[in-house]
Amino acid sequence: MTKNTKKQKPILGSGHRACAGCGQMIAAMAVASGMSRDIIIANATGCLEVTTTPYPETAWGVPWIHSLFENAAAVASGIRAALNTKGDKKTKVIAQGGDGGTFDIGFGLVSGMWERGENILYIAYDTEAYSNTGIQASGATPISASTTTTPAGSNSLGSSQVKKDMIAIALAHGLNYVAQSTAGYPSDITNKVKKAISHSGPAYIQILSPCIPGWKIKPDEGLSMGQLAVQTGLYPLLEYENGVLVNKSVLGKNKKPVKDYLEPQGRFAHLFKDKKGKEQIKEIQKLADKNIERYGL
Amino acid sequence: MKNNNKKKIKIPKGSNILEGSRAVALTVANIEPDVVSAYPITPQTHIVEDLAKFKADGKASYEYVRAESEFAAASIVVGASATGVRTYSATSSQGLLLMTEVIFNMAGLRLPIVLTIANRGVSSPITIWNDHQDAMTVRDAGWLMFFAENHQEAVAQHLLAYKLAETLNIPAMVNIDGFILTHSYEPVIIPTKAQIKKYLPKYSPTKGSYLNPKEPMTMGSFARPAYYQEIRQSLQDDLSNSIDLIEKEYKKLQKTLGKDIATKDSSALIEYYGKKKAKTVIVAMGSVVGTIKEVVDENKEVAVLKLKVIRPFPYKQIIKNLKNAKKIIVIEKAISLGNVGPMASELKSALQGKTPAKIYSIIAGLGGRDITKKKINKIININSQDTNKAIFIS
Ligand SMILES: Cc1ncc(C[n+]2csc(CCOP(=O)(O)OP(=O)(O)O)c2C)c(N)n1
Repeated sequence: MTKNTKKQKPILGSGHRACAGCGQMIAAMAVASGMSRDIIIANATGCLEVTTTPYPETAWGVPWIHSLFENAAAVASGIRAALNTKGDKKTKVIAQGGDGGTFDIGFGLVSGMWERGENILYIAYDTEAYSNTGIQASGATPISASTTTTPAGSNSLGSSQVKKDMIAIALAHGLNYVAQSTAGYPSDITNKVKKAISHSGPAYIQILSPCIPGWKIKPDEGLSMGQLAVQTGLYPLLEYENGVLVNKSVLGKNKKPVKDYLEPQGRFAHLFKDKKGKEQIKEIQKLADKNIERYGL
Repeated sequence: MKNNNKKKIKIPKGSNILEGSRAVALTVANIEPDVVSAYPITPQTHIVEDLAKFKADGKASYEYVRAESEFAAASIVVGASATGVRTYSATSSQGLLLMTEVIFNMAGLRLPIVLTIANRGVSSPITIWNDHQDAMTVRDAGWLMFFAENHQEAVAQHLLAYKLAETLNIPAMVNIDGFILTHSYEPVIIPTKAQIKKYLPKYSPTKGSYLNPKEPMTMGSFARPAYYQEIRQSLQDDLSNSIDLIEKEYKKLQKTLGKDIATKDSSALIEYYGKKKAKTVIVAMGSVVGTIKEVVDENKEVAVLKLKVIRPFPYKQIIKNLKNAKKIIVIEKAISLGNVGPMASELKSALQGKTPAKIYSIIAGLGGRDITKKKINKIININSQDTNKAIFIS
């Protein structure tokens, strides 16, 4: 247990050990900006947990608990239940984890929490791989990304699976508030967190968080990658209230080709080497176009 | 069962004939946990169904959180306990195994969680019947571990478990034999809420030790090699050093609630039954001890040492009661596959250099097989030279 001795330490402040330019840290700071201090956070194992709580230090100025990799959602349910017994309706409960903790190993527990319809905001920092353990593929890894368990090679174009649609799954649970954002738009993240917190009931925010070593990009490219993901239509900004799409990133004529997003990223470098790769880029363009049509971007 | 025992069975005043699960559920309800979460598995189900019904009937005010797995149930009580309230869960067998990662985590986080295990064998082959393999498998997790012989002992051990867990910030597990205790009826006295309050006050953790926006703190940090071992060692020290406190709390429980509720033994850790300095001493735990006591009543050369607490391991008490025996027979409903029964191993280590007696590891009653008096009499006469072998009695 690490106590915060300094009074009014920021919600998420100095002392973290994240990589320079870490997209997840940019996102987490933006999330913290949207929160009041009346919160309790349950965090899954992963980069955010490891880099912010090196014992006996902590970068957190609010009550924060890490139990295991896959159970942040259920731990949050327990916190909510305990607060209910104390008659505390004011304190907000936040659960957060990476894409691995959310899409894969913690999936059942996230679903269970949503079934219970509790007043908890779940935030998924989507680095599109298990960043903390060395960039292995997860259910959030996009097609063709080279990861350490879906490496590109003479017989492989990287990941052969498409990304799991967690937003649709969240909506299928009937959540009051579901949103998608990227670390390219910190103020969008902050606004969405504020809005999610103003809703009572279960909420989900998924944030694309560029991982510098994982995506093989430069430390100053996190923001621009987050923006290009939106501008190509691959990862649109979305906001649903009570199941209805109320806000989205409209591209119109400013739509960028997916090539602009893929090319600077080392995890897609193999696509630019030969004909097979170039064909695959066309398939990825189709995914972006499908999104543009589906959401009317 | 024919009872040759000439002693008259005295039913204490104020007792009711209750199912074991009902006795546990009523006791837990009167302990007044704030948050209950569980997932169904035979033979634990009656306990958590009772707790759900008490709540549905307006007789209890805890939050009852439906979990989608034992892993979730355990994690839910982690969150609740970390927020400073009293919690409860129960499971068996596969459920405990599924919880295992959380079981270790709870102890490391120093959360005073109490769990009932309705003991059952583990798959494969799948079985729903009783043995102790489930609990034995998590004995390294850093929990206080109680084993009950009968309903009343289970009731008393739940009170002790909460008191000790909340005093030491160490989780506690009460083991009761699946079906044999959970589904059988016995006279038992359930302490009232008012009685319990005299022994176990409302849980009020010290400020700053739980999740609270007014006093922010970080729980479950990432520990590097410079810190990890000391943190683990402090859990070991606190758990190992709790022996005297367990005895003290047991005496206090007897004094506050009376021996009809708290049970009559002189120790919370062990019970020695039979002639002092008997040549042969059987060591066992849980409900089978009842049958062994009947054998002891008929055979003055044999005594039984019942282990009521195995974590912390009561070395001193065990050595004291076994050092004069010529033959020590550990009857266990669990095995460390590839070795002998886990308690036999631990007794051998405890008694090293203290006795020349042979220590036998007897494995019996796996997956619900009855351990009858006839079998126990056969076990007593075992005379093998090889004590490094688990001997299965079928
Ligand atoms: C049960 C279990 N399996 C595996 C691990 C190892 N592990 C720790 S963090 C992690 C990856 C986390 O990935 P993600 O959830 O995507 O978060 P990120 O690190 O990318 O932020 C893994 C696999 C673990 N701690 N627990």
